[in-house]
Amino acid sequence: MLRNLWRYRSFILGMARREFRARYLGSVLGSAWAVVHPLTLVLVYTVIFGHLMRARVPGAPDAVGYGIFLCAGIFTWGAFTEILTRSVTVFLENGNLIKKMSFPRASLPTIVLLSALVNFAIVFGILLAILLALGRFPGWAVLAVVPLVLLQQALALGLGTTLGVVNVFFRDVGHLLAIALQLWFWFTPIVYPLTVLGERTQALVRWNPMTNVVVGYQEILLHGRWPEWSAYLPQIALAAGALLLGRATFRRLSGELADHL
Amino acid sequence: MPRIVARSLGKKYKRYRHPLARLVEWASGDRIVCHEAEWALRGVSFEVGDGESLGIIGMNGAGKSTLLRVLTGTTLPSEGSFEVRGRVAALLELGLGVHPEFTGWQNATLAGQLLGLDDETLAAALPWVQEFSELGDHMDQPVRTYSTGMQVRLAFSVATAVRPDVLIVDEALSVGDAYFQHKSMSRIRAFQEQGTTLLFVTHDPAAVKALCRRAILLDRGTLLRDGPPDAVFDYYNAMIARKEDEAEIEQVESEGRIATRSGSREAEIVAVELLDDARVPRRSFAVGETAAIRVRLRTNRDMPSPTVGFLIRDRLGNDVFGSNSFYLGVAHEPCTAGDEVCATFDVVLHVGCGSYSVTVALHTERAHVDASFDWWDRALLFQVVPGRGPGFTGVAALPVRATLSRPARDARDGTAG
Repeated sequence: MLRNLWRYRSFILGMARREFRARYLGSVLGSAWAVVHPLTLVLVYTVIFGHLMRARVPGAPDAVGYGIFLCAGIFTWGAFTEILTRSVTVFLENGNLIKKMSFPRASLPTIVLLSALVNFAIVFGILLAILLALGRFPGWAVLAVVPLVLLQQALALGLGTTLGVVNVFFRDVGHLLAIALQLWFWFTPIVYPLTVLGERTQALVRWNPMTNVVVGYQEILLHGRWPEWSAYLPQIALAAGALLLGRATFRRLSGELADHL
Repeated sequence: MPRIVARSLGKKYKRYRHPLARLVEWASGDRIVCHEAEWALRGVSFEVGDGESLGIIGMNGAGKSTLLRVLTGTTLPSEGSFEVRGRVAALLELGLGVHPEFTGWQNATLAGQLLGLDDETLAAALPWVQEFSELGDHMDQPVRTYSTGMQVRLAFSVATAVRPDVLIVDEALSVGDAYFQHKSMSRIRAFQEQGTTLLFVTHDPAAVKALCRRAILLDRGTLLRDGPPDAVFDYYNAMIARKEDEAEIEQVESEGRIATRSGSREAEIVAVELLDDARVPRRSFAVGETAAIRVRLRTNRDMPSPTVGFLIRDRLGNDVFGSNSFYLGVAHEPCTAGDEVCATFDVVLHVGCGSYSVTVALHTERAHVDASFDWWDRALLFQVVPGRGPGFTGVAALPVRATLSRPARDARDGTAG
């Protein structure tokens, strides 16, 4: 599969590049929009929770600290859901292409992955610049974000491809995912720190594979603390499992895709 | 070594009674079967040699497009196997289909990459695409602003920018304007001469005869005939004639056209038939054959003999030929209410190949503007297919004679005489 993708690399890169341009071209602010949206979210949450409700996170007694805490979760969660929501519809959206042209169908999720990574790099770069300006740059530990993001995106890719293929046959999957993501967001300690939860709830939330990942980002950005890698073994196993599941679903059904679009 | 080999190819579509039935099948690992199999293609085997051209004919739903989809790899066969050697360029259905929001250039580039062209070749080919498609500045516009004709031009130009080893053309081309059809046919012919293998699907017998030395006939997913185009088309025409007689009403409906009727109904058309020389109903005629249009009518009040007229139109709706009993100087004696009259027009079909419709009308005097009793638009459809005579192109089959002589000798003869 990988060799085939490599052979079609210029097509994949071309599609990713054009998708990126298409998204921001024609708007005056261009790629700034990619940042404005999550920033607004962070601003609203910081004002409501940080200032009005006086929410604080451990180890950072001011509202700015809470803002950074929010950014760590919201920006990375955005990259995660981008892959999921995009891959669920990617086969449907490119139905015409699938019906008319012969190419490795795995190119489509690859394009989604690439463009999500590029978007994240831009957003995260801007976030780091802001931290630098505020004098709260976390230092070298920031590098640890890269493996964490890759881990999280691998999970999203495996899951997204599986759902995307199934969505061609059962369109309900797309609707279900939208609801599931809403619940998943609040079930992940993004807006609130894990420690505010009661012991039993905390144990429950720890089952969420994204909890550990998001806590990792928060530790890095807020305290410059390197993650404890061994704690991520379940996530690594899960991501690998998701990728294998995605591949299996894909192998089984990609031949039938063209007949159902 | 053949370019294309198909070994008992089959393509099954699954029909599920309920969407959840598929889920049951998945969950059981295919041990429980909940679908009805519908074979769009079954047991199709053939070989196409290097540089050979093969015409694929068959009625709608015969499996032609499915076969092409399998051979181009857009869908997997359910059984059997196939091999296609070399670079394949295919024109399936309309347009490129990459992305309607992208410009012509972007679509052409991405489609070229999908056709397996490397960056260098593609860069060299793109200016040619613009030139051949004659799209000019439209190449900078999003493809969604293109007309269907423009989309076909772009798709064809990209697919044929670099000579492929195998060229697969579905009926897509028939959408373009005549000028571009001509241009693209020349291009295909040039490729043939350079050794490209051609697979060509069409309803147009003339095109197959012109481009291919061999044709296969598909019917309900199976391969019925494989041989020279003439023989295969003879068989096909006989098959159409039989089927159309069986289901004439169905055909009118399946073409998606609604036969419209209007008029006062003071006189009424009871039935319209199309007959051959032997007065047997038929829907397919060879060029130059005589078709009899028989109109049965009933007058619902006392009146002088109404004029019976017919009009033959081609598939684009152009009037090809029409006449009526008034022009032709035949009249019946005055009719009383309830009288039935039969009018028969024997028409020699000196027209080009294609699909035609017959409209019939009852009115007073010379035209239906005076008083129209009954006007039946597209009462029936028929097909004109190539006959035994010499080949020709165009909409009319004019009687023609050819002589060849040397002008020099004629001149000498002239001075001698």
